[in-house]
Amino acid sequence: MIFTLAGKELRSMFSSPMGWVILALLQFIFGTFFYNGFDNYMQTMSGAIRPEQRVGVTEFVGRNVFSIASIVMLIAVPLLSMRLISEERKNQTLPFLFSAPLTLTEIVIGKFAGLVGFLTIMVLIIGAMISSLSLWSDLDFGYLAANMLGLWLLVASFSALGIFMSSLTQQPIVAAIITFVALFGLMILDYFFASDPNSIFNYLSLMRHFEPFSRGLLDTRDLAYFFLFILTFLTLTIRRLDADRLRG
Amino acid sequence: MDNVTVEASALNRVYGSNAVVRDVSFSLSKGEVLGFLGPNGAGKSTTMKMLTGNLAPTSGSVKICGIDIIDQPKEAKALIGYLPETPPLYKELTVDEMLSLSARLHGVSRSGVKKAVQIAKERCGLTEMSRRLIENLSKGYQQRVGIAQAIIHNPMVVILDEPTVGLDPIQIRDIRALIKELGGEHSVILSTHILPEVEIVCDHVQIIHKGQLVFNGSIDVLKQQRHGNRLLVGLRNAPQADVLMGISGVVGVEPLGTGLLRVHHAEGAAPAEAIVQAAVGNGWGLYQIGPDQTSLEEVFMQLTYQEAAA
Repeated sequence: MIFTLAGKELRSMFSSPMGWVILALLQFIFGTFFYNGFDNYMQTMSGAIRPEQRVGVTEFVGRNVFSIASIVMLIAVPLLSMRLISEERKNQTLPFLFSAPLTLTEIVIGKFAGLVGFLTIMVLIIGAMISSLSLWSDLDFGYLAANMLGLWLLVASFSALGIFMSSLTQQPIVAAIITFVALFGLMILDYFFASDPNSIFNYLSLMRHFEPFSRGLLDTRDLAYFFLFILTFLTLTIRRLDADRLRG
Repeated sequence: MDNVTVEASALNRVYGSNAVVRDVSFSLSKGEVLGFLGPNGAGKSTTMKMLTGNLAPTSGSVKICGIDIIDQPKEAKALIGYLPETPPLYKELTVDEMLSLSARLHGVSRSGVKKAVQIAKERCGLTEMSRRLIENLSKGYQQRVGIAQAIIHNPMVVILDEPTVGLDPIQIRDIRALIKELGGEHSVILSTHILPEVEIVCDHVQIIHKGQLVFNGSIDVLKQQRHGNRLLVGLRNAPQADVLMGISGVVGVEPLGTGLLRVHHAEGAAPAEAIVQAAVGNGWGLYQIGPDQTSLEEVFMQLTYQEAAA
């Protein structure tokens, strides 16, 4: 059931130009940064730096691509998640799902899985792009995997928040704007509280939990943070849809 | 008890201080077609939403084939096919894609999907539209797709909210035939404000007004009310009312002006023949005689505006 629904979402994504355009544009941006990173590496590392100060090619190029990816996804995910529920509300297609033998949890997870599936394609393409360097050099695949996992968890968290915002309104564009503002706020939260490193708000910042991954560090605290983040917003979405049934 | 497919007991729905549906109870057996009548805003759609689990009742319960829709929504919903007021269609899909999706979500096995889609399309006359985008279909065809998605999994109970809205007369005839056909093996509940439609397709009628059931019974009862015990007689030289009262079986005469008289007769009596004979014999100038039928509209008005009249 969940897969049927996720498949439908994925197909809808590709049945409009939106999905293709976003995929192509993002890939263009990532490709540009990949090329730039690679070019810089060649210039910087060609003997100007002493061997012990040199950075591996994976890290040099990877950091370039993954740091821009997290920023770009901040804009791309709200655009993709905005229509998931709000559009169904607007077109009055929600009764179709509500009267099918599906639980609300299945509906929400199905939609979430569809969107994350789409974003997974993007993360995989980035991974493939960087892996192509292995034709020419030895790569640190562990570092690459940690970064990909970090990015994947980050976009999944974005999606969860996006779905929740989408369930609140009938206007997709409103959902996109609120999602973007909320995500942006969460991203830069630790910037505001930088003076107080022990502040609890620091801990809520998405960026702070993404950062270890980009250093190639896998920390269970960060994994737990992302899982809880996703769980919280999916639960809130289910509650919101249930309120539709109860309050009408 | 095995035959009862839908059982609603004491359904209530309150929005704030506004009771939209008040104490609606009924049951429906297998093979019956139930027509839901009522003026706009009477609570028809709200009741249907509650029956299909789209809306939780404030109090009361709904059982589909004995399964409570609130306690076991998944099992109960699998037995229902529902077409809401606005057909819930994903406009970016083709007819085939939409119907396969509906079949899959309603638990039709992977191997059975193709066949189910085929049958539903044939039943609703959509075979030629298979590969068209729903967005590009006319309103009537979209409505048909809506009906097709509701019957695709062969549900026990089919609930259609105004199924014939936006269809042309030929399509309406086809859909009515389809509803009658469905009534053979499933239970069908449909709402409408087209009154003759109810008479054509339904076995049972419920009239709901201001959230309350004001009539619940077989269509025959409604028809009876409609025919009544009245004759409409047109006489050019009408005699005194007493003369007519003298004819056996006549219990009342009500002049309607311009020579028309409404003659009330006793239950079972048929004074038409006697009236004709008397008219010919006495030269009353009979130019018209026939049963005085109340239109279904009038019955409907009577039932829904009882309060206002009282």
